[in-house]
Amino acid sequence: MREFDYARADSPRQAVSTHGRSEQAAYLAGGTTLLDLVKIDIMRPDQVVDINRLDLNQIETLNDGRTRIGALVTNTALARDDRIKNEYAVLSEALLSGATTQLRNKATTAGNVMQRVRCPYFRDGVSSCNKREPGSGCAAIKGHNRSVHAVLGTSEQCIATHPSDMCVAMAAIGATVTVEGPDGQRDIGFLDFHLLPGDTPEREHALKPGELITHVTLDAPLENSRSGYLKLRDRASYQFALASSAVIVTLEGDTITNARVALGGVGTKPWRALEAEKALKGQKIGEASFTHAAGIAFKGATPYAHNAFKIPLGQQAIVRNLTTLTAQEDRRTS
Amino acid sequence: MSDSIIGAGPKRIDGQRKVTGAAPYAADHHPDNMAYGYGVFSTIARGTVTGLDLDAARQSPGVIDIFHHDHFPELHRSPSSMAQGNKVEETRLPFEDNQVHYEGQFVALVVADTFENARAAARKVGVSYQRDDNAIANLDQGVKAHGTQKGQGNHERGDAAGNFDGAAHSIDVTYTTPVENHNPMEMHASVASWEGDRLTIFESSQGVVQQRGALSKIFGIPQEHIRVESPFIGSGFGSKLWMWPHAVAVSAAAREIGRPVQLVVPRQQMFTTTGHRPETRQRMRLATDERGRLVSLRHESINTTSFTDQYVETCGSVTKSLYSCPNLLVSHETTRVNRGTPTSMRAPGAAPGLFALESAIDEMALAAGVDPLEFRMNNYATRDESQDLDFSSNHIREATEKAAEKFGWQDRNPEVGSMRDGHEIIGYGMAACNWEAIKRECEARVSLRADGTAYVTCATQDIGTGTYTIIAQTVSELTGLPLEKITVRLGDTSYPKGPISGGSWTTATTLPAIAAATREAIKELKGYATGEKGDFAGVDSDSDSLTFENGQLTHDGQSVDYVDVLKGQKLASADGHAHTQGADDKYSYRSFGAHFVEVRWDPGISNLRVSRVVSAIDVGRVINSMTARNQVEGAIVMGLGMAHFEATEYDARNGRPVNNNYAEYVVPVHADQPPEVDVILLDYPDLAFNEFGARGIGEIGITGMAAAVANAVYHATGKRIRDLPIFKEKLMENVPEVQSA
Repeated sequence: MREFDYARADSPRQAVSTHGRSEQAAYLAGGTTLLDLVKIDIMRPDQVVDINRLDLNQIETLNDGRTRIGALVTNTALARDDRIKNEYAVLSEALLSGATTQLRNKATTAGNVMQRVRCPYFRDGVSSCNKREPGSGCAAIKGHNRSVHAVLGTSEQCIATHPSDMCVAMAAIGATVTVEGPDGQRDIGFLDFHLLPGDTPEREHALKPGELITHVTLDAPLENSRSGYLKLRDRASYQFALASSAVIVTLEGDTITNARVALGGVGTKPWRALEAEKALKGQKIGEASFTHAAGIAFKGATPYAHNAFKIPLGQQAIVRNLTTLTAQEDRRTS
Repeated sequence: MSDSIIGAGPKRIDGQRKVTGAAPYAADHHPDNMAYGYGVFSTIARGTVTGLDLDAARQSPGVIDIFHHDHFPELHRSPSSMAQGNKVEETRLPFEDNQVHYEGQFVALVVADTFENARAAARKVGVSYQRDDNAIANLDQGVKAHGTQKGQGNHERGDAAGNFDGAAHSIDVTYTTPVENHNPMEMHASVASWEGDRLTIFESSQGVVQQRGALSKIFGIPQEHIRVESPFIGSGFGSKLWMWPHAVAVSAAAREIGRPVQLVVPRQQMFTTTGHRPETRQRMRLATDERGRLVSLRHESINTTSFTDQYVETCGSVTKSLYSCPNLLVSHETTRVNRGTPTSMRAPGAAPGLFALESAIDEMALAAGVDPLEFRMNNYATRDESQDLDFSSNHIREATEKAAEKFGWQDRNPEVGSMRDGHEIIGYGMAACNWEAIKRECEARVSLRADGTAYVTCATQDIGTGTYTIIAQTVSELTGLPLEKITVRLGDTSYPKGPISGGSWTTATTLPAIAAATREAIKELKGYATGEKGDFAGVDSDSDSLTFENGQLTHDGQSVDYVDVLKGQKLASADGHAHTQGADDKYSYRSFGAHFVEVRWDPGISNLRVSRVVSAIDVGRVINSMTARNQVEGAIVMGLGMAHFEATEYDARNGRPVNNNYAEYVVPVHADQPPEVDVILLDYPDLAFNEFGARGIGEIGITGMAAAVANAVYHATGKRIRDLPIFKEKLMENVPEVQSA
C-alpha cells in the first residue's frame, strides 16, 4: 500500500508539532473525508496525525452567550445537543439533513468544516482539475455539472460546490474558528474561513500549514429569533444538497427586524446572502418580500449546462424556508 | 390445499445465516496462500495502449506479477451460446490486444500478496495511450457517426403505416431512457484456484452452469475440470447472469502464478465492465378509430451497444401482444458507442419498453378523449395476436379493476393539476405491467436420508429472491418433512444442472424438477419397502394403495416411518434425480398486472415524490406469499428509482462515466419508499404452464412503473416527460437556458 507515518496525538500542541508545517501531513478526526480520498488515491498524505484522543469533545456555553464546540464533537452529538436544538435549531436541522446516521456518528465538527468537494472530476484522478493539479484546467465547466456544481462564487478555474450542510447553518449563525498552529493560537471569522476558488482553487481555506482547528464558537443566538434549514435534493435522504437554505429571522408583528440567510448546494463556499438579508430587514413578511430577497441572493449567479435549475431552486429554498418560519408561531426560539 | 405449505409465507430458510454473517459470499472465500488482484483500467474510451511503464509497480511491495496484453496466456473465445451453456455478454477476452473500446476496460491486472499492495501497485502502473478523439459518447453520436444495425425480436402484422395516416386520432412521439447500472450491493467478485488443470472459482454469479461452460471454452479444458460456486449473492439484477472479463483475468492469473487469486471489482468499474441497461430511443406511433380502438401501433427502438458485441434491448417485446391491434410493427436496432457491453437489467426490454408503450397509451387515450383506464380495458388483447395463440391464463382486466378500486381511481379528477393538498399538487397515473413466463429444462437431485432429513441439490442460484425457501417448500409439500429438516444446496456446478437465475423463470423451471426428483426418491424408497427385506415385502411398489405422506409409508392401515425403512435395511438414503423440460408452445405464457401511482408535486420547492402505489399482479400461483410480495415491492421501488432518480451520466466530450459511485448515482433510499405500497397478488394457478401453476415474479413489478409515475406527473403538472429520469428541472419553470458545451 501507499505508506504514510501515523501518529496519535495526546494534546493539540503535540499534534501540531508532529504535523509540522508540511503540506503533505494531514490530521485525522472522523476520517469520513480523508480515508475516502486516500483510498481513491486523491489525497496522499505522508504523515497522518490522529487527533481523536484530544480533549475536544465539549459543547460549552460561554459567559458572553456564545457556544463553543470542540473540534471532535460528532455531527450526531452536536445535532442532538439540547442547547443546539433549542437555541440553534437551524444547525441541528442542517446536521441531521446531511449524510447518513453512520457517517454522522463518525464525522466531527472540524472535519465537516474541512470536508472536500464532491466534484467527480476532482475525485476521478484523471480529468483536468485545478484543485487537484493546479493549472491543469477545470473539466467540470464544460463537462457534466448538474448536482455538485455551483452557480455562485464560481471562477474560470473551479465550479465545485462546498458540500457541507453544517457549514451553511454556521454561516448564517455567525461563528469563529479557533486554530492552533506552529505560530500559536488564532481566531478566524467563519465567513473568512472558506475561500472562493478564484485563480487558486487549490486553496480551500484560510488555515496556514500545520494549523489545527480546536473549536468552532457560535455567535450568541439572535434574541427571539426562529430558524430552520431547508434542503432540496433528488431523493429524500443521503444526497448532497442541490440547493439549501439556512434562515434565521426575528419579527415584530409582521415586520422582519433581522434576518440571516445562507445557502448550500449552490455556492463554491458556504454562502452567506448578505444583500438578501438587507432586503428583508424592515419588510413585511409575505411572498413578495421573500421572492424579492431570494432574487437578490442569486443576482449575478452563473448557470452552467446542467445546473441552471439551481438558480430558481435556490430561490425556492429561501422563499419556502421564510414562509414556513414566519408562519409557525411555535418555532420561536430563545 | 388450505394447509398446504405451497402458497404459505414461511421465512427464508437462509435468512438467519444472512443476517448473522454466516452465509459466505464470493469474496469471503480465502483459500490458503491466496493472492489478490487489482485492475488497471483504461482512462480513455477509445484508442490504443501504446506503452506500459511497470517499473514502479514491479518494485512496489508484495507484487507477484502484472498481466497485460503482452503478458497474458493465450486463451480462446467462448462461442457465447446460451443453448450450448457458455454465454458471455462481452466476448472479447481481457488483454486480448492493445485496443481500448470503453473507459474502465481492463488494461492490466496487478497481483500481489495483499489487497492493499495490489491496489497501491496498480496505481503505479503508467499507461500510455494513442487516444482516438472520435470516441462515441452517446446514442445520438452513434447514430450520427455510423447509423444503426438491425436487431432481433422484430415483428410485423397487418399494415401499420397504411392505417396510421387518416386515422381518427393519432400520436407520433419519441421517448428516451438513459443508461442505468444494476448496482447490486455486493460487488462482482471472483476467487479462482487451480489444482493441476482443475479450476475452482467462487463467483458472485446468477448462472454458475453457463460460467462453467464459458470457462471451459475459454481455457480449453473439460467442463468436468471446472467447478463454479455461488451459494449466496448480494443480488445481481441481471449484471451477474453472464461472466465478465474479470473472472477470466483472475482465473488466468491464478493459473500463471500457481496460487489462488481473489479479485473484487471496484464500485467504479461496476459502471463500466460488468454491463448496464443501455440507452434507448423509442419512437411510438399509435392511431385509433373514432371510438378509441387501436388501429395502428408502431414501436421502433434503438439502443446503444458496444463496439465488441451487439446487445439488443427488446423494447417492443411486450408491445407485440399486450394490446389488440391488427396493424403493428415492432423493430429493434442498435448503434455502437464506446461503452462496455450492455446486458439484461431487471425486466430487460420490458422496463424501458413499457415506459414508452404505457406512456404512449396514456397520450393516445388523452388524444382520443378516453379515460386511460377505460382505454386500456377497451384495447387489452384477449389472445396473443403476435403468435396467434391463446394466453394460458390472463387476468389483466381483473388486476386492473381490483387495483383501480383499491387505489380509488374513480376519485380522479381528470383535469390536469386539479387535485391539491396544501402546497402539493396530486397526480394519479396508471400503467399495465407485463412479462413473459418462461420455463427451461432443469435437473435436480433429492435424497431422503436415514437421519430423517432431506438433501436437495440443483445448480441454480438463490439471488436473494427466496429460491432456497420455495425449493424446500416443494420438498416439504411432497414428503411432509418440516422445512428445518430439509437442506437445500444451490449455486455449485457439481450439482445437477439448473437454470440461470434470470428471466423470472427460476420458480417455474426448478420446482417441477425438484418435485419430479422428490417423487423419484419416494419411488426408490417404496422399492426398498416392498423389496424382499422390506416392511411391505410383496406389495406392488407402484400400487396406489401404498402411500407416502408426512414421512410415513402406509399400506393397508399399516404405517412405517421412512427412516425406519432405510435403517431396517442399513441404507443411507433413497435418492431421486430428475430432468424436466422447458415449456411447450401450446399457449402464450405471460404474466400480467397493473400499477396505480399517486405522485405529489410541490411546485414551491420543486419536489416530486411518489406517495402511494397500488399494484395488482397476475403471476399464476404464488408459492411463497412473503417472498413474492417482497419481489413486487422491491421491483416497485426500483421502478420509481428508474422513474425519477437513476441515470448514468457520461461526459459527452469523451464518453467517461461521471457519477460512478453510490453517492452521485441516485437510487431510492428508505426515505423514498412510498408511505403506502399495496400489492395485490391474484393467485390464479396457471396449470397449463406447470403443475404448480406458478409463472415467476422477479421482473414484472418493475415493468410499467416508470410510465405510471410519468403519467401521474402529467396529471399533476401538465408536463409530459418523455425522457427519463423525471428530474425536477424538467418540471420547473424559469430555468435559465444555457448553451450546452
